[in-house]
Amino acid sequence: MTFSRRAILPAILVAALALVPILAPFLQVVLIFALMKGIAVLGVTVLLRAGQVSFGHALFFGIAAYAGAFLAASPFDDLVLLVLAGLVTSAVTGLIVGIFVARYRGIFFAMLNLAFSMIFWSILEKFYYLTGGADGLRLPRPTVLGMAFERGAFEDILYYVALGLALLLGWFVIRFLNSPIGQLYQTVKTNETRLEYLGISPRVALIKGYVLSAALCGVGGVLMATAQGIVTPSYAYWVRSGEMVFIAVLGGAGSVAGAFAGSIAYELVRTYAAAFAGDIWQLLLGAFLLVIILFAPGGLVGIYNSVFDRARGAAGSAKRETGVPKKPAEVRS
Amino acid sequence: MTTSPYLLEARDLQIRFGGVVAADGVDLAITEGRNLAIIGPNGAGKTTFLNICTGWIKPSRGRVAFRGRDITRMAPRKICRIGIARAFQHPQLFTEHTAIENMLIAASARSGRQNPFIDMHNLPERGEMMHLLDMVGCADVADRMVVELSEGQRKLIDIAIALALKPALLLMDEPTSGVASAEKFAIMDILVKTLAEAKVTAVFVEHDMGIVENYADEVAVWSGGRVQFKGSPEEVLQHPEVIRDVIGGEVA
Repeated sequence: MTFSRRAILPAILVAALALVPILAPFLQVVLIFALMKGIAVLGVTVLLRAGQVSFGHALFFGIAAYAGAFLAASPFDDLVLLVLAGLVTSAVTGLIVGIFVARYRGIFFAMLNLAFSMIFWSILEKFYYLTGGADGLRLPRPTVLGMAFERGAFEDILYYVALGLALLLGWFVIRFLNSPIGQLYQTVKTNETRLEYLGISPRVALIKGYVLSAALCGVGGVLMATAQGIVTPSYAYWVRSGEMVFIAVLGGAGSVAGAFAGSIAYELVRTYAAAFAGDIWQLLLGAFLLVIILFAPGGLVGIYNSVFDRARGAAGSAKRETGVPKKPAEVRS
Repeated sequence: MTTSPYLLEARDLQIRFGGVVAADGVDLAITEGRNLAIIGPNGAGKTTFLNICTGWIKPSRGRVAFRGRDITRMAPRKICRIGIARAFQHPQLFTEHTAIENMLIAASARSGRQNPFIDMHNLPERGEMMHLLDMVGCADVADRMVVELSEGQRKLIDIAIALALKPALLLMDEPTSGVASAEKFAIMDILVKTLAEAKVTAVFVEHDMGIVENYADEVAVWSGGRVQFKGSPEEVLQHPEVIRDVIGGEVA
């Protein structure tokens, strides 16, 4: 009952998103990037649920985008194949990198991820005869299931693909996190000793979630590359990694819905603040994040939940908020 | 698997931490079905022994065999899988979960299910896990976050988690410390009965001689990193040196 009521606003927002190409096409470009970035942020969110932060997840965003670009230059230039290629490439890379980084926790984990991503970034920059260097690679518009579309139609299709994948992958991540394998993965955050004494390797448990998080970043990256029609080393640059962590915290660290809420808020602010507030939009975003961290550590989703709880408490018999700020980890889906 | 008359057999275990000798030639054999209490003064190496038996610490010398199989260099998770579970002096729980969720995570680990589409809350083991919680007297707090519970309750849940793994041998480090003294015996009654039904042999470190007397089949006395005596509770608790060194002022 309470769950279904709580879901009303998110359901309205999803419906609104679905109507954007028809009713508000001027928002379509901003929102398509927000959805694609949101999928990548979902990967960072998965990692946060195990208590780990990576400052190098743009590696997977970038490597999937480049895999897409290479495939797009071949005869197999189809959207479905591009997404699959991005997914597989980032998952395999995630497994390889994961084997190394899963030994570490906290700052060491974050920095080792950063190191891997910057190695990849350097390769993109220096091996220019393969990667196009700083200019990157162009992605010609792919076919969709073998059918070629005009630019406008393709952009609509891509928008709905992004929205569909965002919903599908968001649903999948929620299922994963609630499943036995996902729950064991999340206990890396709270008690690795007990995990070991349950007969489970914390490292293997972490690697499983790491591969999922890498694959999600990869899907976001290859979609973004398709939407922009070009990939550059900036896809794998550390600023992009930092941005993903920023958005995850903004939306509600560890929250699946928060990944998208944060991403949409971020893109809207970035686009419109850049237009209206010129050079100070980053300052505004920074100040906003400070406010979130200090006063609403549950992020946008945490704010929504507490406003909802308060409204319900005022309306009826429900228990009031205790006044204790919610820890990010307590924010669920 | 070689046949051994013992469930667990430790021979000549040696380990030192800096200048402290935590195990100095520990020899101990545990017979299946005979619950063993480990007593001894603080710093005698009781917990170190449990750490070695579960692979947390590798001894510099000596060997531990479980059902005749050498487990000295095995990782704790492997030892856990072949049937040795552990409950801790300071309960090792998942602090962002409720009591029943802690149990279900243990059930998840035991079952090894990899299907991401099952909800952990709907696991078929749920009834069994509730039963275990009920057994340690924590059924009424099943849906409470474990951090909200008392130290005693958390210790009992820690034991229930270990039992959820269906071990052959359960190592417990002061199972009833932190449990209200009025409840200690009631809890131990149920625990020992359940262990017997499930054919689990228990080894427990204990400071409460009342518990030792009533629930141990055998007692091993630790001192200075080795086993000084081993025998029935009657024999050991009457021993003058034990009374002097271990029980001390408790028995006037």
